[in-house]
Amino acid sequence: MTDTPYPNREPSTAGEPLLQELLATAESLRPTLGSGFRDEMVNTLYREAEQLARRAVHTRADRRYDLDQKIDQLVTSPIFGLPIMLILLAAVFWVTIVGANVPSQMIASALFWFEERAAAWFTSLGIPWWITGFLWHGVYRGLAWVVSVMLPPMAIFFPIFTILEDLGYLPRVAFNLDFLFKKAGAHGKQALTMAMGFGCNAAGVIATRVIDSPRERLIAILTNNFVPCNGRFPTLIMLATVFVAASFPPAVASFAAAGSVVLVVLIGVFFTLAVSWALSRTILKGEASAFTLELPPYRVPNIGRILYTSLIDRTIFVLLRAMTTAAPAGAIIWILGNISVSGISLANHIAQFLNPLGLALGLDGVILLAYIIAIPANEIVVPTMLMVYLGTGMMTDLPNLGMLQSLLVGQHGWTLLTAINLMLFALLHNPCATTILTIYKETNSKKWAAVSVVITLGLAFVVTFLTASIARILGWVP
Amino acid sequence: MSTLKLNQPPCETCPANARLAQMGLKMDRFDRVVALAGNPNTGKSTVFNALTGLKQHTGNWPGKTVTRAEGGFVFNNVRYKLVDLPGTYSLLSASQDEEVARNFLLFGQPDCTIVVTDATALERNLNLVLQVLEITDKVVVAVNLMDEARRKGLEIDTRSLSRDLGVPAVPIVARTGEGMQTLLSTMEEVITGQIITHPRRVQGPPEFQQAVETLARKVETLVPGLPNPRWIAIRLLDGDARIQQALVSGELATLMHAQQQADVRFSQKIALDGRQ
Repeated sequence: MTDTPYPNREPSTAGEPLLQELLATAESLRPTLGSGFRDEMVNTLYREAEQLARRAVHTRADRRYDLDQKIDQLVTSPIFGLPIMLILLAAVFWVTIVGANVPSQMIASALFWFEERAAAWFTSLGIPWWITGFLWHGVYRGLAWVVSVMLPPMAIFFPIFTILEDLGYLPRVAFNLDFLFKKAGAHGKQALTMAMGFGCNAAGVIATRVIDSPRERLIAILTNNFVPCNGRFPTLIMLATVFVAASFPPAVASFAAAGSVVLVVLIGVFFTLAVSWALSRTILKGEASAFTLELPPYRVPNIGRILYTSLIDRTIFVLLRAMTTAAPAGAIIWILGNISVSGISLANHIAQFLNPLGLALGLDGVILLAYIIAIPANEIVVPTMLMVYLGTGMMTDLPNLGMLQSLLVGQHGWTLLTAINLMLFALLHNPCATTILTIYKETNSKKWAAVSVVITLGLAFVVTFLTASIARILGWVP
Repeated sequence: MSTLKLNQPPCETCPANARLAQMGLKMDRFDRVVALAGNPNTGKSTVFNALTGLKQHTGNWPGKTVTRAEGGFVFNNVRYKLVDLPGTYSLLSASQDEEVARNFLLFGQPDCTIVVTDATALERNLNLVLQVLEITDKVVVAVNLMDEARRKGLEIDTRSLSRDLGVPAVPIVARTGEGMQTLLSTMEEVITGQIITHPRRVQGPPEFQQAVETLARKVETLVPGLPNPRWIAIRLLDGDARIQQALVSGELATLMHAQQQADVRFSQKIALDGRQ
């Protein structure tokens, strides 16, 4: 009956025979109560609570409660629940993509205009070219990229996300997905911790403490990274906007972009379930345990608090974190791009070295180099990648975001496959440094922290390699 | 003790807090321990912050607070340590947050437990109240969010609730401070024994009753004076590893002993202060 073994402690000697007798009695009495004893106890509790509440609560006009129930019947219904969820998700991404496009371009042109002016001013003062280059074309450019591609989508996405969270929609999402997790041999509450992972994977990992069984909790921890977090959403949205949308006619471009982000999220959920299933049948064997999930009442969101949480706690927090890693990343890229060995820059050397692997994955050497530089924070992968292209002189013109797609396609052989695989890689690759550290702290084991990296990175390689190979075999790309 | 300024004049402008002094984390000694239990999102932390003057972060993710927060306040010259337990829906499972809450109620043996409930969802909240009543007698139920309930057209009959539960139920609005004074004086009366509680215990079928009784008697023989042998018996019947371990290691007896020592100390203090 008990899952955990007795600890090896010194028993109190005084009551030893009494104690043994007590435990033996408990063992012998337990079968007389029948197997449904525990359920019966829980049911009695619910019945009594209901009775007490009926006597103590009098309703004058219960319209609001009715409304709550009606909404729940709809959003958690077996037929409409999942479609409503998907439509809501797509709507959120669509609004973000459409709304962020113009501000992103405006911020980018303003910040890069300033870079040119500042660099020119430095030069006119007679400051050595390498100081100007390091500061303005390195550090500053890194920051400018991060701000222009990340700030607008975050400022739109996070408030909407926080409203959904405040309304109490996330537990409903968990409710809708519960049956899938049960089938995967995982805990139903994992759907909840997964939903929290959309906010932040590290928070999602900590949230797994609500899961009773250590086995199921470990599964939830190891798979949390498969949902894109706040830090990775801007990356995905940006890729969708610049690369996927541009491959479609303008009339449907924004819908295609939103659809592709939804697809990526669904792929993430699929991998969460698939890996959970695989884990619960291999190294973490066991059956799914039963649980009760409470659906909290809908509360009218508090606008002030939402703006505060989403803009200060989330947007500014993520942006600052991205900027603190982007500045050194920009500096490293500039150095790699401007130190040459036998006439070719270091960045080019490394990119060429990584290129065969990159091509096999449907990516290229520059993208892999960007991933290596961006290990401390996933947020800055795309900005880093663009900087490597720009900073190494591989892309000489400074494009606005709209021209980026045609330049990458024109000059660097990007295809739709490259964009799709980049999104897949962004979804699947290893957790950020913070999350890895959190996994280590929560499991208290270097082994499980390492396993989380191996699983995610391994899958990222396998999946992108497969999509690239299939696309090539079918002749979609050269 | 003199540093505590126990007899400072009451704040003139805030009559609701006349006998309350928020101590935050400044208190290293205390006379009584009070636990705050309740479902997530019922305003437990609001109550905690209102009493201690601390600003504990209130997260909206259920299960985010899995450790307990502690703070202090002084009410009627008695120093209280207030322990904010993680919000849980139940105390039956073995998840970490629930275990933190349950172990504190059981082994920390607070002098009083305030269960904060959401007036707009009383039925779900009473589930936990009933489970807390199984563990400890000294309970005050704070029916919070009364303003929200009123807006929704709900009337809560706290008198009938008190009668049914066998412990006092106090309507409050923690955000505005409404009812907090009554909550504190009720808590005081429960601790001092001016209010004797008769907590409602879930009955269950006869064979269950009998098994529990048999086992409870044995628990009492093993650890005489234990305040809740019945609950221990139920957990043993359910095969609860944590409780078995507490029995085997003698943890139960040790904690009970420590609590009795604390009681002696407190009586001596009262004798010295010349109160009662």
